[in-house]
Amino acid sequence: MSPSKDARWKALIVDDEELARHVIREFLQSHVEIEVAAECANGMEAVKAVAEHKPNLIFLDVQMPKLTGFDVLELIGTDVSVIFVTAYDQYAMRAFDVHAVDYLLKPIGKERFDAAVERAKNRLGEKMPAAADLAAAARPPQQFLERLVVKDGTKVTLIPVSKLDYAEAQDDYVALASQGKKHLKQQTIAGLEAGLDPDSFVRIHRSYIVNLERVARIEPYGKDSRLAILADGTRLPVSRAGYARLKALLDERK
Amino acid sequence: MHPLLTRNRLGLYLLGWIPLAATLVLLMTSGGNLSWLESSVIAIPLCAVYAFICLSAWYTAKSSPIKRESALRLIGVHSLAAALVSYFWMGLGWVLVASLSKTNAFQGLDRRFAPQAPILFGVGYLLYLLSVASQYVILSLQASQEAEARVMEMNILARQAELKALKAQINPHFLFNSLNSISALTSIDPPRARDMCVLLGDFLRLTLGLGEKTSVRFFEELDLLQKYMAIEKVRFGARLTIHEEIQEDSKACLLPPLLLQPLVENAVKHGIAALPEGGDVRLAVQRQNGRLSILVENSWDPEAPPRRSGGLGLKNVQQRLAARYGKEASLRVNTEGELFQVSLSLPAESEEKE
Repeated sequence: MSPSKDARWKALIVDDEELARHVIREFLQSHVEIEVAAECANGMEAVKAVAEHKPNLIFLDVQMPKLTGFDVLELIGTDVSVIFVTAYDQYAMRAFDVHAVDYLLKPIGKERFDAAVERAKNRLGEKMPAAADLAAAARPPQQFLERLVVKDGTKVTLIPVSKLDYAEAQDDYVALASQGKKHLKQQTIAGLEAGLDPDSFVRIHRSYIVNLERVARIEPYGKDSRLAILADGTRLPVSRAGYARLKALLDERK
Repeated sequence: MHPLLTRNRLGLYLLGWIPLAATLVLLMTSGGNLSWLESSVIAIPLCAVYAFICLSAWYTAKSSPIKRESALRLIGVHSLAAALVSYFWMGLGWVLVASLSKTNAFQGLDRRFAPQAPILFGVGYLLYLLSVASQYVILSLQASQEAEARVMEMNILARQAELKALKAQINPHFLFNSLNSISALTSIDPPRARDMCVLLGDFLRLTLGLGEKTSVRFFEELDLLQKYMAIEKVRFGARLTIHEEIQEDSKACLLPPLLLQPLVENAVKHGIAALPEGGDVRLAVQRQNGRLSILVENSWDPEAPPRRSGGLGLKNVQQRLAARYGKEASLRVNTEGELFQVSLSLPAESEEKE
């Protein structure tokens, strides 16, 4: 979404530290074409402000309480220019470099800031890389997701992975089953699988990932396939390859 | 130097020869030609001398290490040595018998001894080989003790290096964020920006300075903690409130340097920074009944995912406490409800130890 030539740009500043927001606000004063639509002190506010103001440009701090900058990007979609801001996070910095995403390092220098804003304006309408890819690249090696972030309308829900019972692929979405509820999230099941700890979650079928702790028993079903019966009685199909993976993991646990 | 040539060990070693000498007496008497007295007069001095001769096996064993030489060569070398040494020993026996025969009490002893001489050779041969074997046992025991000592030394060195690295650590995230706060203050409130520069400078200087020492007084560490919290207070503004309950008596106590800094840093980083509305950090320290009790408490979000470095700082503090005080110190974490509490208890020392 880029504004026409004479319309002003709308920017959002997201950082949990007031002084850090102040630096960006001050630097933006010399960019008369950019108007600060809102300032947000956390990710939840940012998600709301994006829906309300439809900004063209967001300055987004990476480390924030509750929702990180990556979570926010995941929730707001990718057709807005984002300039990430971080103090020091070697993995995030590498991820930004790999995906050619602009970022500013604290303390922020004016020249670097101006250059980033110019580049953002020149990237009219270009999409940001997928948030999940970026977040995956910024995760330190051997670290897995600790929680999943889902948005229903404007409501943001955080699901700790330990509360995830199973996930089911539905076209471009995955349905996340947790505590009797299902939450839809725009992600591929392979993308989700890559972020989950392979010692706790198994891809039992092309369309299903299950939390190993929830599996009560396995029953034969048809000629080549089986059913996984979960503790709450849910029945999930298990493919032949899925059964092999499940069995290997269960044997390992013994 | 031979490992057995110390007073305590030599005594034990010679004690071990008493049954050997007794066996030799028995063997010689059982031949029928020699009386108990005659056998004893020959065997006891001979064994006393042989005990020392056998010590020479140490040098042959040491010069032919069991792992480097071929088995055939080892057998060859030691059998030859055994034959030579026991032949020499038998010779000594003859010299002794010959001189005893000249006395009235043992006339004709040489004739009666002659058939028993091969026994002396055989026993000498076996005893020497036995001695070689025990020398190898001693050698391998020594080697394994040395290896153990080396491993222990390596562990200590590694621990020291780890502590050194820990002490000099300044969290880069904290440093860059503080600089960014200063950058903001330069236009909003220049005098405060200057204060913050001074605070940060003091904090860095104290960190480097305290890290060099092995012990600091608690008031020195407290000074550092207060600087740290003052800086974070500028960063977080109203989101951070600080409570201190410091008993005057506790201030002179000795502590390992920078022991509390990581705890307070964790309280801010994992507690306050993870709460949108912020919260409290409380530091309570008191000295009572010869113990120093320290409590670092902060508001926290029990549902926040553990961060990358989560637990690492605590583990380090625990290791340092254990290395310094052993079982005398304890660290307990209590995470009930909305408070995260770390309590330390350690001996209250106020005199510098040698």
